Amino acid sequence: MENSIAWIFIFPLFGSVACAILGISNRKICYPIAVLSMAGSLWAGIETLRQVLSVNDHTVSYLFGGWTLDAYPRGVGIEFHADILGILITLVVLGVGLLVSLYSKLPVEEETPGKEPLFYTLFLLQVTGLAGICLTGDAFNLYVLIEVAALTGYGLIAIGSNRAAAATFNYLILGTIGASLYLLGVGYIYIKTGTLNMVGIHDIIVAEGLADSATMQVAFVLVGVGILIKMAFFPFHAWLPNAYSNAPTTTSCLLAPVVTKVMIYVMIRMVLSVFGVEFSFESTLWTDVLPWLVVVAIVCAAVMALAQREIKRMLSYLIVAEVGYMVGGVWIYNYYGLIGSIFHVISDACMTLCLFLGAGLILRKAKTTHFDGLRGLFTKMPLTMTGFFIGGFSIIGLPPTCGFFSKWYLITGGMVSQRWEYMIVLMFSTMVMVVLFFRMIERIHLAVSESGENLGHGHGDLGLTDQQTRFDEGPLSMLIPLLLASAVVLVVGIYNQEVVSLIEVFLSDFNLPRGEGIK
Amino acid sequence: MSTPEVTVIQDIRPLIAFVAPLLGVIGIVWAGEKRKNLRETFTFLVASIQATVVLSMVPLLLSGTIVEFHVWQMFTHVPLLLRVDGFGLLFACVASLLWIATTVYSIGYMRGLHEHAQTRFYAFFAISLSATIGVAFSANLLTIYFFYEMLSVSTFPLVTHMQDKEARTGGRTYLGYLLFTSLCILLPALSWCYVWLDGGNVAMDFLADTGKVGSFSETTQIILLILFTFGFAKAGIMPLHSWLPGAMVAPTPVSALLHAVAVVKVGVFCVVRVYSDIFGTEVLQQLDGEDWMIGIACATILISSLIALSQDNLKRRLAFSTIGQLGYVILGATLATQQGIGGSVLHIAMHACGKITLFFCAGAIFVATGKKYVSELRGLGRKMPVTMGAFMIGSLSVIGLPPLGGFVSKWYLALGALDRGATWVVFVLLISSLLNVFYLLPVAVTAFFRNPADDSEPEIKEAPMACVIPLSITAIGCFVLFFIAGPLVSMVGLTD
Amino acid sequence: MFEDGTIINELLIERLNYFIYVVLLLIGLHAMIAKKNLIKKLIGMSIFQTAIILFYVSIGVKEGSTIPVYLPEHDPHGSHSVPSDTNETSHFDHGPVILDSSLVKGYANPLPHVLMLTAIVVGVATLGLALALCQRIYQGYGTIEEDELLAKMESREIRSKTLSVQIPKDQKLPKKDELKKEKSRSVSKSKTLSASKPKPKGKK
Repeated sequence: MENSIAWIFIFPLFGSVACAILGISNRKICYPIAVLSMAGSLWAGIETLRQVLSVNDHTVSYLFGGWTLDAYPRGVGIEFHADILGILITLVVLGVGLLVSLYSKLPVEEETPGKEPLFYTLFLLQVTGLAGICLTGDAFNLYVLIEVAALTGYGLIAIGSNRAAAATFNYLILGTIGASLYLLGVGYIYIKTGTLNMVGIHDIIVAEGLADSATMQVAFVLVGVGILIKMAFFPFHAWLPNAYSNAPTTTSCLLAPVVTKVMIYVMIRMVLSVFGVEFSFESTLWTDVLPWLVVVAIVCAAVMALAQREIKRMLSYLIVAEVGYMVGGVWIYNYYGLIGSIFHVISDACMTLCLFLGAGLILRKAKTTHFDGLRGLFTKMPLTMTGFFIGGFSIIGLPPTCGFFSKWYLITGGMVSQRWEYMIVLMFSTMVMVVLFFRMIERIHLAVSESGENLGHGHGDLGLTDQQTRFDEGPLSMLIPLLLASAVVLVVGIYNQEVVSLIEVFLSDFNLPRGEGIK
Repeated sequence: MSTPEVTVIQDIRPLIAFVAPLLGVIGIVWAGEKRKNLRETFTFLVASIQATVVLSMVPLLLSGTIVEFHVWQMFTHVPLLLRVDGFGLLFACVASLLWIATTVYSIGYMRGLHEHAQTRFYAFFAISLSATIGVAFSANLLTIYFFYEMLSVSTFPLVTHMQDKEARTGGRTYLGYLLFTSLCILLPALSWCYVWLDGGNVAMDFLADTGKVGSFSETTQIILLILFTFGFAKAGIMPLHSWLPGAMVAPTPVSALLHAVAVVKVGVFCVVRVYSDIFGTEVLQQLDGEDWMIGIACATILISSLIALSQDNLKRRLAFSTIGQLGYVILGATLATQQGIGGSVLHIAMHACGKITLFFCAGAIFVATGKKYVSELRGLGRKMPVTMGAFMIGSLSVIGLPPLGGFVSKWYLALGALDRGATWVVFVLLISSLLNVFYLLPVAVTAFFRNPADDSEPEIKEAPMACVIPLSITAIGCFVLFFIAGPLVSMVGLTD
Repeated sequence: MFEDGTIINELLIERLNYFIYVVLLLIGLHAMIAKKNLIKKLIGMSIFQTAIILFYVSIGVKEGSTIPVYLPEHDPHGSHSVPSDTNETSHFDHGPVILDSSLVKGYANPLPHVLMLTAIVVGVATLGLALALCQRIYQGYGTIEEDELLAKMESREIRSKTLSVQIPKDQKLPKKDELKKEKSRSVSKSKTLSASKPKPKGKK
């Protein structure tokens, strides 16, 4: 289909309108609308990927309003611009959206009763915004779409409890600062280049040799810091744990896997495609400074995750640590690091999804996500726990889950650039994650309290009643998405070569160092 | 290790040997706690299938054919490749045959003690064995890493089987050591080889890429050697050995198979692979600092034997004995001669058979009497003659007396040491054999020749048949291994 | 004092617009981060966004330029034009016409202004949402002072923990209540809230 790139947006956008209108008379209709529009959108996304792969330069453009690309600088009009990276991340967003929409039926009905139309309207707009961020070819439109995604995100979080509302407020303040700084940076870019089209900006930077321009340096810092705030990079992470752990189940399942990842994608896009490799890595100090900030970020986030005794909060801090991984992978500046970073965006989305879906099911059945309430869940809900811990093993980085392969490329990247500090901190956080997840396994599997008292009478007695350990799985509508997500974690791991080869095609356009090798 | 005229054929059998136990898990879980007999039949069935498949490849190998199977492409240049060569096949034979024995034994042990969660036990046991076969048949370093991690995780539920405080401590030490070393020491070393061997185009294949590490500088080679030796912490080389006594909290069949056969042997097997097939004897012999590794291996042998002397808990004593015996295997690898490496692979098999007998006996004693300590065994020999007799044979095999299997491997290790020109190593071997005598023989001697402390103890009989038969078979196996040593020796690429 | 090239000259004369926007930006940022009152934070946010809008608007301006609407002498369709020799030939052209660059100097750049229209809309939406959140927080906690809010949240967390451990079933009840109320849709929001408020007190 020719304009499949537009259909990616048409489905959820009109779906959200349909939810808002039809939901007034019949609340039940929102769920199928959401699922169908997500499925349609995903289909359009796959179609677009096929198109992107079939053309020579691996980009597909969709121009609004009949503008053409003839003018110099490129893009007087607005453009959707799909390259391999963009469409890959879009597919991740849409895939997560589809699974979460499938999952959402019961949690939405129970946690936010009567607000289904609102919820699904926001849900679909959120996905539209995120997919838009991935595909837009215009720096200013990117700002607008970031705000679309952010505003709907605030709504989706605050729709839950009062605590969530309070957490959202902080998110809103920090998110606005981040987005506004980005906008400011775009202003500086515009002053210097006179265009807002991403390809156009890059062309002019290269043609006019703007690498040393102070204005562009300021623009780079503003855009970069803005994006770092939006992606919850460590010192700016404060909004994330509260917002995600207090949000309704469905919201956290949707936002946690994709929002930070999409912002990392934006950073990669800005660095590679907009400012360009030479400008970003060689004319700025970021390659020297950022890896050290990453070290601090990962260590702090990992230690804070260790201090948590509640699954969703723990996972939130893990996200902050993972953001550190990916930022580090970009700024260690080499081919492998970037493969690792991009692949980690994909795999981290899959495994975070897996973990949050699992946490939602645990919350539903065990009535708590606090570590104290988990004992005996392996016998009670074996499938859920299997799914959950496949995600957990992937975060640790055990083969054959996708987390292993992305971590492998990141470590390799650290080695090629001889960024030992980054490698060591990766090892450190890996060990922290081993502790985090195996501590959970201990709490579930063993009849021992945290302080080390035996709770049962030996021989596998968990000190629980039969009813508490009886087989009692969550509802299928929630279980199947979780199992699908954990299957995706494994499949992406097993077929990582396919994904990585796509990333390699994308990166082959850029002149990245591959390491000379020390003997 | 490569013999001149080998033909390589593609065949699915290695994959079957790996996948069969995994499919068996489905049956085991499906049968569940309510259909015990069916469940144990499944275990027995997959163990037999695995052993049959593995054994069916022996004639092929002896006729100079190597079986390969390409599973999937892991990285651009690195496939997940299974290959059956002499080392791997010998190890796989030992592991899969002993699994059958252990299956029978665990039926007796677990039922005898009315253990809980037996389904979980059998399921994870099967997964562990699947991973072990995977390691044995791995054709490159990343494949081996893949299965190595699978083994670490799948044995965790077995180690913490008792689900109490001690299990927690044991499990923590176990995973702490194993995952720390594999994720923080091994992974960088692998990544280092991946990136810088030939500009990232090398699959780290055990057959094709032997000795390519030689292109690195001497310092780098030493660093890599250290990383690999200590990265495979399952090998129990000092100072990374403490997880092994800690993991003794597990039920005895687990200790027997996993900590005398599968887990620790996977560790040393990996180390041997790295020494013989990644570095290769030529590179190693030219490497200056390599002598230090011999020293570390010898130190491990002696220190652990001394510690074993002081242990009263029978299983702990055996655990330290294992650490010492693993030291032999590492020693053989570090000697970096054909004889030494061949000897160390042989020792994996010989020691496995001897040590599993000892563990089986310890478990049988525990099932029959509830006794765990050496000092409590007085006079037990008369009441449990079969068990203690088997224990005696196992001890002698581990000590290395002819006509038992242990003798063959120690012989080749000594030959290897002489080849290398390290005469002092032979003395270390002698001293440690003497120490073996001191800590193993008193157990059997106490049981047979000392009178019980008081006769008021209730009547003690032999353990259930399901326990006694396997341990008798493995004890006989110790003899058999001595007499079939010829084919085994040629399997590991040595000539008599 | 205001000679060419000095920093003061640059800040106060040549780039006064940038100087002002930076000052505004910092005022806004300070309010957003340092103020304890949520509404004051929002005021800071508005100042912050306005500063950026000012920045954009000011970069579109040129000295002596006029609004970007066709000046009569540029109009290709000639309806407002004074007939002249230069555009006689293009008299009947319709649609966009690329103008001679020497002629276009008189316009201010329209693009930044247009962008800011969108930014203003986004800003208004953010502000509206934030105010709604403030209202919600005030209804839930009875305060919009950040430190008081944190203290209240903490004390509630402790209470809910003890409650959920002791009587887990209790947590479900209010949900069912809400469901019924939502279904009937007769009870206004403030009533539900006031109805649910006394509950913790009762449990004390």
